[in-house]
Amino acid sequence: MRAFDVLYYTWSALSRHRLRTLLMLVAMMIGVAAIIVLTALGEGARRYVINEFASLGTNLVIVLPGKSETRGHSPSVFVGETPRDLTNDDAVTLLRIPGVKRIAPLVVGSATVSWEGVERESPILGSSSSLLQLRHWKLAAGHFLPDVDFDQAAPVCVIGNTIKRELFGATNPVGQWLRIGDRRFRVIGVIASEGRSIGMDVQDLVITPVASAQAIFNTPSLFRILVEAKTRDVVPFVIDEITDLIKRRHQGEEDITIITQDAILSTFDKILSALTYAVAGIAAISLAVAGILIMNIMLVSIAQRTAEIGLLKALGASQHKIVVLFLTEATLLASLGALSGLLLGVLANTVIRHVYPAFPASAPLWAMIGAAGIAMLTGLIFGAMPARRAAQLNPIEALAHK
Amino acid sequence: MIELKGIDREFIVGDQTVHALQDVSLTVAPGDYLSIMGPSGSGKSTLLNVIGLLDRPTRGAYKLDNQEVTALSDDELASTRQTKIGFIFQFFQLLPRLTAIENVELPMLLAGMDPRERSQRARAVLESLAILDRASHRPDQLSGGQQQRVAIARATVMRPSVILADEPTGNLDRHSSGEVVAILEQLNQQGMSLIVVTHDPEIGRRAVRQIRMVDGRIEQDS
Repeated sequence: MRAFDVLYYTWSALSRHRLRTLLMLVAMMIGVAAIIVLTALGEGARRYVINEFASLGTNLVIVLPGKSETRGHSPSVFVGETPRDLTNDDAVTLLRIPGVKRIAPLVVGSATVSWEGVERESPILGSSSSLLQLRHWKLAAGHFLPDVDFDQAAPVCVIGNTIKRELFGATNPVGQWLRIGDRRFRVIGVIASEGRSIGMDVQDLVITPVASAQAIFNTPSLFRILVEAKTRDVVPFVIDEITDLIKRRHQGEEDITIITQDAILSTFDKILSALTYAVAGIAAISLAVAGILIMNIMLVSIAQRTAEIGLLKALGASQHKIVVLFLTEATLLASLGALSGLLLGVLANTVIRHVYPAFPASAPLWAMIGAAGIAMLTGLIFGAMPARRAAQLNPIEALAHK
Repeated sequence: MIELKGIDREFIVGDQTVHALQDVSLTVAPGDYLSIMGPSGSGKSTLLNVIGLLDRPTRGAYKLDNQEVTALSDDELASTRQTKIGFIFQFFQLLPRLTAIENVELPMLLAGMDPRERSQRARAVLESLAILDRASHRPDQLSGGQQQRVAIARATVMRPSVILADEPTGNLDRHSSGEVVAILEQLNQQGMSLIVVTHDPEIGRRAVRQIRMVDGRIEQDS
């Protein structure tokens, strides 16, 4: 038989049972579209996170107190307390390492902030003037923290947009006195940037000089030290130097953990990739369900066309030809379903990208090829049993079938 | 040339063995015109199915054009049916989704013939049966007589040596029956062997050679 004839014959059978064919196509289409959309969401999340990290600069090295072991974590990593704290002096010495461009010590806490009777709880971030460049933040008004020694406290602060709106309303906050805990700070600037940084919303922050924050929270220790290397290539060297230097200062004990953006990035990359695969796998199950549906419909089709199969045999069709005809029917169904599923999926992704422009939702090529491939394979596998059953029908009984 | 010798066909129904054919021997020369008659259950249709290679005899020898066919595989039987045997059924067995000409082309399509030659041959056969003007109609738009003529066109388009007709007029009125029988006899005169299984004595009597079956045996062969 000629391939075109097989297709024409199959198509004439499919188009005679429109509703059945349509239902089948919809089942297959949903399965394929689910894979396309879900992997696009997973892949979009991965790309989104990577973009966010990249915007922080890949030269960043984060030093935190406490040694995290290769197995398990010492609780100190989470509490931020170790026998030997990181101090302002530690931070200052890091500046001496060649290849270090700038550093910013971090102290984090939470306190009540108020202005003219309006008050709220707010995260307080103690840091230095270099934090602005290090985090690529922009100012909406005023100045950032003054460039002074880390040990020097000053009663000044920079606030995020949310704090400005909630406490000051329409008043220009620059020059006003803000009460943090039981101390007063003059507001010298407002941050314009959005987004999150070290788990905190930038717009929610009140930023003070590091020594002032240490005074508020009554602690000499630092939560983190952010170090920016001059180039990405010197990052490994800088890490070694930091480890050495702190070890020497901490009586030979290596009690710090150093995280690089690359490490965080690759971890997130791995997690989100795994998530994407998992979601794709779950969606693939819906294709198996569609496959079982194909099998059912093919069995019904064969039962309804028993006399036709008998006729084909009487007209000289071999078992092989009948298998080919019915397998083609199943595969054609699956392929058309896969094709419409691809179109639907791509369309859905376009809509998602349109609604959330920041979220790069587009299905990876492997997912598209995989989804279409699995769909057709499903048609073949689940069409095989019904096709074989058709081929093995007894022609006399089949012809007598009403 | 059909040569049956000592053909038995047994079916097992439950724990009983039913002898549908018992020691049937029959020779049909090219161009013969046979009718097979007999009561229901006498083995007429089974004999026709064995001759048409749709059924295998339990015992006995069957030579078709000097080739022993009892030992052929299913696929070899299929290709033999394709080229040598044309079937005509009581209920026409036309595919309702295909047009008349597509139904006639079906055996050629299964044989993988060139589309142009297919269409030419189908049109020629339909024309000779005077229903070319109905070529693009579907079976449900045709009368019973027209449907059977399309079915005859399908059975003869591969130019088989034998036409096997199982109650070809069983579903037709008197007028159409006459037409269909006339067409079959015309084909027989062109050289095809014609074997008709029928209940209708009037049609049976028209055959040159009349076979009467009872209980799976040939009782009378004239």
